Amino acid sequence: MKFAIVTFPGSNCDQDAYHAARDVLGEEAEYLWHKDTDLKGADVIVLPGGFAHGDYLRCGAMARFSPIMREVQRFAARGGPVLGICNGFQVLLEAGLLPGAMLRNQSLKFRCEHVHIRVEQIDTPFTAACRKDQVLKIPIAHGEGNYFAEPDVIARLERNRQVVFRYTTPDGEVADAANPNGSAAAIAGLCSEARNVVGLMPHPERACESVLGSADGLVIFESVVQSLKSGGLVARA
Amino acid sequence: MIDSQLLERHGLKADEYERIVTCIGREPNLTELGIFSVMWSEHCSYKSSRVYLRTLPTEGPQVLQGPGENAGAIDIGDGLAAVFKIESHNHPSFIEPYQGAATGVGGIIRDIFTMGARPIALLNSLRFGPLDAPGTRRLLEGVVAGIAGYGNSIGIPTIGGEIAFEPSYAGNPLVNVFCLGIAKASDIIKGVASGAGNAVYYVGAKTGRDGIHGATMASAEFDDKSADKRPAVQVGDPFMEKLLLEACLEVMRTDTLVGIQDMGAAGLTCSTTEMGSRGGAGVEIDVSLVPQRESGMTPYEIMLSESQERMLLVVKKGREAEVERIFDKWDLHAVRIGAVTSDGLLRVTDHGRVVAEIPNRALTDDAPVYRRPVEPPSYLAEVQSLDLDALGTVPSGNDALLMLAGSPTIASKRWAYRQYDHMVQTNTVNLPGLGAGVVRVKGTDRALAMSVDGNGRYCYLDPYRGAMLAVAEATRNVACAGARPLGATNCLNFGNPERPAIMWQFARVVEGIGEACQALGVPITGGNVSLYNETDGRAIYPTPVIGVVGLLEHGNRVLDGRFHGSGDIVMLLGEGLGELGGSEYLKTAHSLVRGVPPAIDLIAERAMQHLIVALADARLIRSAHDCSDGGVAVALAECCFGSGGVGVEVAIEGLNVSSDVGVNEAAALFGESASRVIASTTPDKLTEVLHAAAAAGVPARVIGETGGNLLRMFVGGRIAINMPLADAERAWSSTIEQYFVKRVA
Repeated sequence: MKFAIVTFPGSNCDQDAYHAARDVLGEEAEYLWHKDTDLKGADVIVLPGGFAHGDYLRCGAMARFSPIMREVQRFAARGGPVLGICNGFQVLLEAGLLPGAMLRNQSLKFRCEHVHIRVEQIDTPFTAACRKDQVLKIPIAHGEGNYFAEPDVIARLERNRQVVFRYTTPDGEVADAANPNGSAAAIAGLCSEARNVVGLMPHPERACESVLGSADGLVIFESVVQSLKSGGLVARA
Repeated sequence: MIDSQLLERHGLKADEYERIVTCIGREPNLTELGIFSVMWSEHCSYKSSRVYLRTLPTEGPQVLQGPGENAGAIDIGDGLAAVFKIESHNHPSFIEPYQGAATGVGGIIRDIFTMGARPIALLNSLRFGPLDAPGTRRLLEGVVAGIAGYGNSIGIPTIGGEIAFEPSYAGNPLVNVFCLGIAKASDIIKGVASGAGNAVYYVGAKTGRDGIHGATMASAEFDDKSADKRPAVQVGDPFMEKLLLEACLEVMRTDTLVGIQDMGAAGLTCSTTEMGSRGGAGVEIDVSLVPQRESGMTPYEIMLSESQERMLLVVKKGREAEVERIFDKWDLHAVRIGAVTSDGLLRVTDHGRVVAEIPNRALTDDAPVYRRPVEPPSYLAEVQSLDLDALGTVPSGNDALLMLAGSPTIASKRWAYRQYDHMVQTNTVNLPGLGAGVVRVKGTDRALAMSVDGNGRYCYLDPYRGAMLAVAEATRNVACAGARPLGATNCLNFGNPERPAIMWQFARVVEGIGEACQALGVPITGGNVSLYNETDGRAIYPTPVIGVVGLLEHGNRVLDGRFHGSGDIVMLLGEGLGELGGSEYLKTAHSLVRGVPPAIDLIAERAMQHLIVALADARLIRSAHDCSDGGVAVALAECCFGSGGVGVEVAIEGLNVSSDVGVNEAAALFGESASRVIASTTPDKLTEVLHAAAAAGVPARVIGETGGNLLRMFVGGRIAINMPLADAERAWSSTIEQYFVKRVA
């Protein structure tokens, strides 16, 4: 099983995702430079967190034009599993692989802390090993994670069961106080209509070892390994 | 024409100018005058502080690099080095808090990766005026946002620090930033230029007119015209620095460099001079080759610009193409701007025409060194006298605890640290708010603990003792994480050194730091001095901030300062003498800044720290929390905060320091006697712990047990504090946040 982690200039969680995939999970992992045009035989692609190209324009707005993104688009179109974490999620939104946009956090401040998210859907490659309604303790670290989409888009996402993660209390209840950034419908993560592209604002790669305060994020990486090994996903780079 | 007005604008005294003329045997031209002015500024030359700094202990078997390089380095085993340093960015942060703090972070990060180390942790130590004073919130908000904006973007976690509030900082906030990186000990690279003919490369952001004379500004007092100095504050670009960081680390792995240095204070001038000076060589550059952001810049402006995110590299002959290729990959343009020479001169040309030519030695070794007059300040005798019988009405134990827990200096700093990405790089073992910051070292079993501490009020009352207490607190915090303190860095923030009273404070502080570092086994490996911290003639408290780094051989034996569940035995290690002088209690409950700070016995302190580290390593204790601001009572409360609601009941001995019962009780609860730690353990390990303490000669007594949801403290058999933990925790956790909520409402 080979994870490919895309490094954009300004990515800063690429090494963390690499560590989670290779050192914690024990799978193969390789970096892809944003100017690469070859996915190097990857089975799963991770767009990591950070500030791609500095994010001075709009989060993810520049990164979508990096050469590697054409290959990522093709890979996704073939049904390959793609995970966008934080800035990677923002890149997926900008690239049109997932609908909607990110606004500044309601507090107007960067927020870094552990939050709780509820797994809403388990038929995606990144949640297949979760229980439905399982609550995961995973940290966030972002200034622009306030998910926004028009009401009809939100309705469509709900109808298609594309809302994969929602911010909740530790007991799994949706509540304003448990929504760290003001996201519409408490959305923390989404999947594509075909379900193989998943983006989320929290950082599962930061919650893969109990020494760091939580190992709840590991199940997201284990899910994709399980999905690929069980043959449910066939696309290859 | 060089006249007295021109000299004044350059911050040079008449006798210093004469010295310049003697050094080079002629009158300097304007470009040369500018170069001298920044190199001989207090900020770059340490001319007032150097004679004292020389006395600090800087050696030890663990020291791989002491003072004099871009950062210090200590051996942490497994062939690895911890590279670290602290630096101030006080003056820029006062003028423009966001950019001042952001570029402070950027500067210290460059100092670390310049040595070939990957930065893995940031800390900061901040001082402001009272939270309700005009301007404080704007400064605090700007500084915190600036630190966050830079550190979060570049992807280095800000894992801890401290914020204190005192009136003396109202016109002159302190922003001290600490960075630590990891390098292979054998791969540490230095800021040297050598080998005549080797190419000198410039890489990074283009040079603009920003920050011209930053170093001179940082060497002057503030007055009502300081706001006009805004153009001297630089603007940071963390994205550019991230590219530089990755590209430079990649280049360093190729063995193509002779040396490398960042362009910080005094920019191109300082980097060319220092690199040449360290390598015993000369450097010749042509300013017309320097990438420029603005048109029409003069050689003077190019040499003095402090534009951020720029590096100077000396490349081995024949390896230039390799270096250029790596920077190309990162879309950075490495430009050859000159070469190393053998003549020991800094030679600056403009399209081949010489515009400055100065011996490196004249700029560095021949810079003035002053032994300025010292004299104890006249205020001392008055403020050191404290009559505990004349305190007046003493608040109840409950009220005093609430006051202290909610005082901004003690209160939770969550408002700030939740704005910092403190988890990126997935090494952060102890989250902020639990004492020292702790990161694991990937690829090993080890972890590093680090803490920055200082107490300006103590140093105001007694600089010598205050400095020793700062070293003791920083090392003790590291020990309380289970780590053996290995090395230290200092940031010395003071007023105008031309005033004998300030210079006396400085001398006494350095003496105190030296003695404490020697006794506690932490050599100083580098640091920074920030003088002229005055506004309109009012100086800040003398404020040494000490950063200490410690090592846990077994990272999984790390401790934090929280209680971990009910039914644990609570112990007080060390002896309380009821010392209230200079305490947070006197300041908060009685509006008094008086008395002498607590005494410190460095031998007892060392024994205490060794004991805690040994107990942690043997897994005999579950938590350790140092007693500092607010004494035993606040330390106990903090052990409960963040424990998930575990309360505590203790009984401590009564004291007899006053004729007033209330004062005696307050002294026992809130006195700040040094060298004390609250530790918890399970009942089955108690005998072993007490035995170890006795063997180490550390006083240890069981004072109570964890459990329930109350804070209950008896003093001399009388109940002194009895309240729901939630009440105290609310006061502690909401104070700072509330100040910002109010403003919105």
